Amino acid sequence: MEDLAGDRARAGVRAWLDATSEAAPRRGAAAALREALVERVRAALPPFEAFLEANRTTVFRYLVAAVGREHADDVFQETFLAALRAYPRCTEVARLDRWILRIASRKAIDHHRRTARGPIPVAEPPEVPAEPAGRDDGRAVAAVAELPPRQRDAVTYRHVLGLSVAEAAELMGCSPQTVRANAYQGLKSLKGRV
Amino acid sequence: MSGSPKISKTEAERASRDAAARFRDAAAADGLVDVAIATMPSPVGELLVAVTGRGLAAIAFDDDYRDELLERIAAELSPRIVATARQTDATRHELEEYFSGARERFDLRLDRRLMHPFAKQVLAATARVPFGQVSTYGKIATTIGHPTAARAVGAALGSNPIPIVVPCHRIIGAGGKLTGYAGGLQRKEYLLELEGSIAPRLDSGPWTSTS
Repeated sequence: MEDLAGDRARAGVRAWLDATSEAAPRRGAAAALREALVERVRAALPPFEAFLEANRTTVFRYLVAAVGREHADDVFQETFLAALRAYPRCTEVARLDRWILRIASRKAIDHHRRTARGPIPVAEPPEVPAEPAGRDDGRAVAAVAELPPRQRDAVTYRHVLGLSVAEAAELMGCSPQTVRANAYQGLKSLKGRV
Repeated sequence: MSGSPKISKTEAERASRDAAARFRDAAAADGLVDVAIATMPSPVGELLVAVTGRGLAAIAFDDDYRDELLERIAAELSPRIVATARQTDATRHELEEYFSGARERFDLRLDRRLMHPFAKQVLAATARVPFGQVSTYGKIATTIGHPTAARAVGAALGSNPIPIVVPCHRIIGAGGKLTGYAGGLQRKEYLLELEGSIAPRLDSGPWTSTS
C-alpha cells in the first residue's frame, strides 16, 4: 500500500513537472494548463484601438529606419493589418510592444525581398531645398534599409529606438553578444556608405 | 527620399496618426473589425458607441466607466475593436435625430450579448415603454413575472449596456422620484425632459460635463 501511495505521489509530481515545464509540455495536463493560461491571457487583451494608439509612433519610427520614409506608411499598414488578423490569438499580452515590433521586422524583410535591389535612388544630389541643418539626408535611410536584416534590426533597435541590448536581444531572439556584434557591423558598414 | 532614419518623435507622432487613420479604413474594408467604435457629441455629453456585426452593442457616457466597458467588450465579444466611422453611421445618425426631436423610436439592430440573462428580460420589458411615457421598477418586475424583484430590476437597469436606445431612463420610482441612473440623475432628467415626460426646470439646459 505504501508503494502504491509512493507511486501516486511520484506520478503526481511528474504530472506537475510536465504541467509547469515550459520547455517540453508533453502531456494532457500540460496542454490543459497551457490552454487555461492562453484563455486567461486572451481575456486580458486590451482593445486593439488602445494597442494601436500606444504603439503606432514607435512602429513608425522603426519602419522609417528599416524601409525608409517613403515606404514606411505602406509597411505600417501591412504590419498592423497582420497584427489585427492575429490579435485574438496573441498570447504576449505582457509585451505587446515587442510583439508588434517583431511583426514590423518581418514585414520590413518582406518589403526588401519584394523590392528589386536597383540603384539607390537617393544617391543623386537632392534637388529639394535642404532640410534644416544637422539633419541627415536620405542616404542614411537608404543605407540602414540596405543593411542585412539582422544588422538593420540591431542598428534600428539600439540606435534609432534606443532600446537596451537585452531588449533588442529579446526582440531578435538571439544573445546580447549577437546584438552587439550586429549593431557594430551595421554601424561600421554605414560609416563606409554614408 | 526625405527624412532621416532618426525621424523625430513629434514627426513620427504626426505621420503615424495619418498612417493609423489609413489603417483603420483598410481594416474596416477588409472586414477585420469585429467591434467598430466611434464617439459623437450630444446634449448629454460625448457618447461612445460600439457596433458589432450583429448590431449596436453598447453606448457609453463620457465617464470613468468607458475604459472598463471597452475592456469588457474586448474580453466578452472580441478584442478586435477599432475606431471606424463606417459601421457606426446608422447609430450616430439615429441618435442625432433623437436629440434633435426628430425621432421617437430607434430602428437599430441590437447586439444583446453584453446583457446578463436577467437583465435581458428586464430590458426587453423596458424597451416596450414608449417615448414620452414612464414606468416603475415595480411594474417592470410584475411584467417579467417577478413582482417582488423591484430592487433586482433596478440593478439590472443599472447594468444596461445600451442606455438611451434601450430606454432605462423611462423607469422611475413608484412615488415619481427619478431614483437613480447609471449615467447620473442629471442625464436621466435631461432625457425625460426631452421626451416631455417631466416639466423642464428653469435651470436645466444642455448637459455640460463640468456640472
